[in-house]
Amino acid sequence: MMSKTVKTIVIAGNGTNCEREVAHACKLAGAEVADIVHVAELLAGRVKLADYHFLNLAGGFLDGDDLGSAKAGANRLLHAPVVGSEQTLADQIKQFVAAGKLVMGVCNGFQLMVKMGLLPAFAGSAKQNCTLTHNQGGRFEDRWSWLKVDPESPCVFTRGLERLYLPVRHGEGQFVTDNTATLKQLEAMHLSVVKYADSDLNPTMEYPDNPNGSVASIAGICDPTGRLFGLMPHPEAYVHYTHHPRWTREELPEEGMGLWLYQNAIRFIREELLK
Amino acid sequence: MAWRIVVGLKDGVRDARGERVRREIKENLGYRLQSVRTLDVYTVDADLSDAEIEAAANGPFSDPVIQQVAINRPLASDFDMLIEVGFRPGVTDNTGRTAKEAIQYITGRAFLPGEGVYTSTQYLLTGLSDKETAEKIAGDFLANGLIQRWTILAADELDSVTGVPVSVPKVVSDSTPKAQSINLKVSDQQLLEISRAGMLALNLEEMQKIQQHIADPQVIVERQKVGLGSELSDVELEALAQTWSEHCKHKIFSAKIEYEDENGNRETIDSLFKTYIVGATRDIRKAMGENDFCLSVFKDNAGVIEFNDDWSIVFKVETHNSPSALDPYGGALTGIVGVNRDGVGTGMGARLIFNTDVFCFASPFLDKELPPRLLHPRRIFEGVVEGVEHGGNKSGIPTINGSLVFDERFAGKPLVYCGTASIMPRMLNGKPCHEKQVQVGDHIVMTGGRIGKDGIHGATFSSEELHEGSPVTAVQIGDPITQRKMFDFLLIARDRGLYNSFTDNGAGGLSSSVGEMAEDTGGVEMHLDRAPLKYPGLQPWEILISEAQERMTLAVPADKLDEFISLATEMDVEATDLGTFTDSGYFHCLYQGETVSYLSMEFLHEGVPQMVIPAKWQPRALTEPEFAQPQNLDAELQKLLARLNICSKESVVRRYDHEVQAGTVIKPLVGVANDGPSDAAVFRPLLDSFEGVVVSHGICPNYSDIDTYHMMACAIDEGMRNYVAVGGNIDHVAGLDNFCWCDPVQSEKTPDGEYKAAQLVRANKALYDYCVAFGVPLISGKDSMKNDYQIGNTKISIPPTVLFSVIGKIADARKSISMDVKRPGDLVYLLGETADELGGSEYYAEQGELGSQVPQVDAETALARYRALNQAQAQGLVVSCHDLSDGGLGVALAEKAFAGGFGIKAALAKVVAGSTLREDKILFSESQSRLLVTVRAESQDAFETLFAGQSCRRIGKVTEQPELLVTGLQGQVLISSPIDLLKEAWQAPLREM
Repeated sequence: MMSKTVKTIVIAGNGTNCEREVAHACKLAGAEVADIVHVAELLAGRVKLADYHFLNLAGGFLDGDDLGSAKAGANRLLHAPVVGSEQTLADQIKQFVAAGKLVMGVCNGFQLMVKMGLLPAFAGSAKQNCTLTHNQGGRFEDRWSWLKVDPESPCVFTRGLERLYLPVRHGEGQFVTDNTATLKQLEAMHLSVVKYADSDLNPTMEYPDNPNGSVASIAGICDPTGRLFGLMPHPEAYVHYTHHPRWTREELPEEGMGLWLYQNAIRFIREELLK
Repeated sequence: MAWRIVVGLKDGVRDARGERVRREIKENLGYRLQSVRTLDVYTVDADLSDAEIEAAANGPFSDPVIQQVAINRPLASDFDMLIEVGFRPGVTDNTGRTAKEAIQYITGRAFLPGEGVYTSTQYLLTGLSDKETAEKIAGDFLANGLIQRWTILAADELDSVTGVPVSVPKVVSDSTPKAQSINLKVSDQQLLEISRAGMLALNLEEMQKIQQHIADPQVIVERQKVGLGSELSDVELEALAQTWSEHCKHKIFSAKIEYEDENGNRETIDSLFKTYIVGATRDIRKAMGENDFCLSVFKDNAGVIEFNDDWSIVFKVETHNSPSALDPYGGALTGIVGVNRDGVGTGMGARLIFNTDVFCFASPFLDKELPPRLLHPRRIFEGVVEGVEHGGNKSGIPTINGSLVFDERFAGKPLVYCGTASIMPRMLNGKPCHEKQVQVGDHIVMTGGRIGKDGIHGATFSSEELHEGSPVTAVQIGDPITQRKMFDFLLIARDRGLYNSFTDNGAGGLSSSVGEMAEDTGGVEMHLDRAPLKYPGLQPWEILISEAQERMTLAVPADKLDEFISLATEMDVEATDLGTFTDSGYFHCLYQGETVSYLSMEFLHEGVPQMVIPAKWQPRALTEPEFAQPQNLDAELQKLLARLNICSKESVVRRYDHEVQAGTVIKPLVGVANDGPSDAAVFRPLLDSFEGVVVSHGICPNYSDIDTYHMMACAIDEGMRNYVAVGGNIDHVAGLDNFCWCDPVQSEKTPDGEYKAAQLVRANKALYDYCVAFGVPLISGKDSMKNDYQIGNTKISIPPTVLFSVIGKIADARKSISMDVKRPGDLVYLLGETADELGGSEYYAEQGELGSQVPQVDAETALARYRALNQAQAQGLVVSCHDLSDGGLGVALAEKAFAGGFGIKAALAKVVAGSTLREDKILFSESQSRLLVTVRAESQDAFETLFAGQSCRRIGKVTEQPELLVTGLQGQVLISSPIDLLKEAWQAPLREM
């Protein structure tokens, strides 16, 4: 039995970059445990995903994104065996998900979830039907974006939220689907949780408000349970007002908007998993 | 057998990469193609089953949503010309390495030696019929012939069944590795020929010193004991050439300089480095006494200063100019990941927190025929920016500060400065973390990448000018991910106390890293044949001096060796035991059990003769230009804002991740639209603390054409005033100098060597004078002394350039100040006096003039001003602050206004300036140590009290009306421009880069 502490894990290694700030965000949001665990520790079987409630897949460049963003990273999780078991890490993640726990992937972590088929996972299917590819501008960019939150989304991370202002920092963030049916289903099920918007909060295809040309302005999606969520913008990069690019000229609350996503996750765990 | 897996986009999916290539071909070469599409090719040379290849092709190699795959058949169709570009044998292929690992995960089997995956890219061009043009596109744009090769096929030449013929760029060597001996009992001319032909960059005096050493009967006796003859081995000669290279030994900075000034006064300077650089730091530290915050200066890979009671900050800036001239992408990428190893490999190890980048290029729009072997500045710009982007972004290190500096002479050699800061605990396992010591008996362990022929002679090559025979092997390509994995491992090994010392393998490879570490114990015994190789066939000397990247050398105690190696293996990092550190007094290398080097440590490290360099200073006969004040100063201001040295660099800044690690408090882009130009960066390295690191820099090569003394002084002041502008504590700040010079040694090739050497002396004198005056100790630095291009009769020398980097601290990052005006009604203050100092200014340059009155720095007044500013900032009186530099007051006012989204009304009559100074000169003078500050009206008295007795003038205020309105000495309107118009002029030039 787990004690009544919220345990979060951030997987690190092989090119992840944001593990420290993600763990920091989890702590700030109230998690009692926020462990940064190297993937070698998981593959060696010394640390088990099952001991945690909230799995974070952080931003970075897994294996340099050499084969396309997160492709080689997804391949490792799908094929590398965990020592002392018949399982791969992908198997462990499936069990983690089946146990009703939470997963959030940011940037490279989102790319990883999509390319492993964890998102959107209509009706539990692991077939990849969306992807994230090169920005329409063909270049990496770091800029802040407004995001409109779908209030009807089942996503547990965005409950009660209307808008977010977060930085995007990627070269392969253009969200596309394999066909229009997939897109329609995403929209109909309200799985397209956050959309790039102009400052009046209208979803937009115009650069630079939509920084990468994502279809239907989609910046992040969840699975039908709402417990698995991935997005390109970086919530862990706005947890304090000094992260905001205009903090020297605007009156801002102490907590940054990105922290809200982690607070919602921790609240859900306390209310649903630890009750 | 070898398979070819071709991956392309599905029909109807837009090829953004192809479109970009099409655009760039038009920009770079002027060819208008109808379309360019791209395909990725993996050539897999390994024993695999069809099923395994299909699993790889449809798994990690392709994306089922947008891509299609073909195995051993072509995907290309509907094109006029196909160009496939792949690497030459032995060139680092990061994607190939990742692809190989991916296949190994699928099969569960390791590749056998000699098996591999090689990547290439196919470009499908339409709107092009002749092969000659295709050849030009391939050679001049798509590929770099130094590291890549290509195949061109017209549509009817592509075999529709098999596609492009399989070609495996595997390194094949039939040479048997064996050390050779070299006869040095030869004439002086032959000695020089040995040096030249071997790319050794040793001069006659040095060759003679080696000749004498090896002829010493006592030396011969000792050599015979280990089975060596009376001739030097190639391993030894290469080790000496590397250790004694300008790059590693800094012979010019260590030389004896016979200096004569303009009045005929002579003095002998015994080492510029010791006299001025070490000397300044010594004197400043003495003066600081108990408040000395320096922890480790000059002796390690980087400098270390205190951050707080628990943490220290490590800082280093390197240059990577010569490799970037040949292969801009690989050179710059290697530059950043190389300096990162310095940042990590200082003391017992540190964690990287941010990068800084400063590039000096010729204009990317240069419209001139270039001499042979020079790449167009636009290609250099593109390649360098992309290389540093990949190096920094992929490594997870934010790039938070930098500059782009333009001068036509940088076409001869671009300057690529890469800086990095890291953080380490003050104490590690009970000992100061910034110290390390190899123990006798420690094992020499190499970690990270394998050794290939990459970067052979990098150290000696960068010690020469760029010439016809510059070697292609001098180019390396960095691999940020292999390095990142190694760093992750090393920090764990550090905390577990698994090693006693370590350093990086940069220039000179193992020869340099092991040679330097062995100075702790006084000897080494290293088995070169144990080193892991990328491919067979390397000679022992090549193993010793290869600059293959991503390697660190460690001293691991015998009782920790097993634990060290097994941790490395588990974390997928290669670690190899190469021998031991000894106290034998010898640099002893063996190959397959036989001694191939037995040089005394003393001769290796202390044997290089001191150079003697003549220097004679004669100021150039320069005059101030004569021209009337232009009628339309609005137009002049706009022209200045559009100059390359002033205009917005946003398109470059956005390509760098400047926010990863979530610590960037003052970002490079600030203001109402997130696009104003920051003076400096503030970074919070500890997420649970608000203490900040502040980093900035100064660089002004324009002034070198008048006097390098003042160039140096201005660079220091610029760095300091940028630093203080954002709130950096003026009493806890360190400097770091990076000299990039043209060859200053008088010779046939360099007839003006005495003048260039005198320029070097003068810059050093200013470095001492101003660092001492500001109380800013130097903690580390580097010099790059041969930034010339010479082929045939064409010689291009860069302007003498010093990057002065500044690092320090702000107690509370929440008190940092940005440069943008904040709200209407705020008062605008100008701190500092404005003089007739437009020599070397951007304003004169715009008129095609140089002038003679270069800005001079009054450090005493400046320091008082910066102290008072610190106080005002601490009391919360400053709402914005921007330094005045290129383009002076006019440009600073414009930038402040449009960054903040409000207007400014300012009166030149209020500016403290010489009574006869013309209005255009007041506007565009580049007098130093000046800052523009805005203050709330209610803070007026408190602010002015702090600056009582100093030059502090309220020259205007922030206005709701979005217009820059400047009145002249008679109160008449001089400038009246909408801020949007000014901003557009400033943003347009490099927007599309």
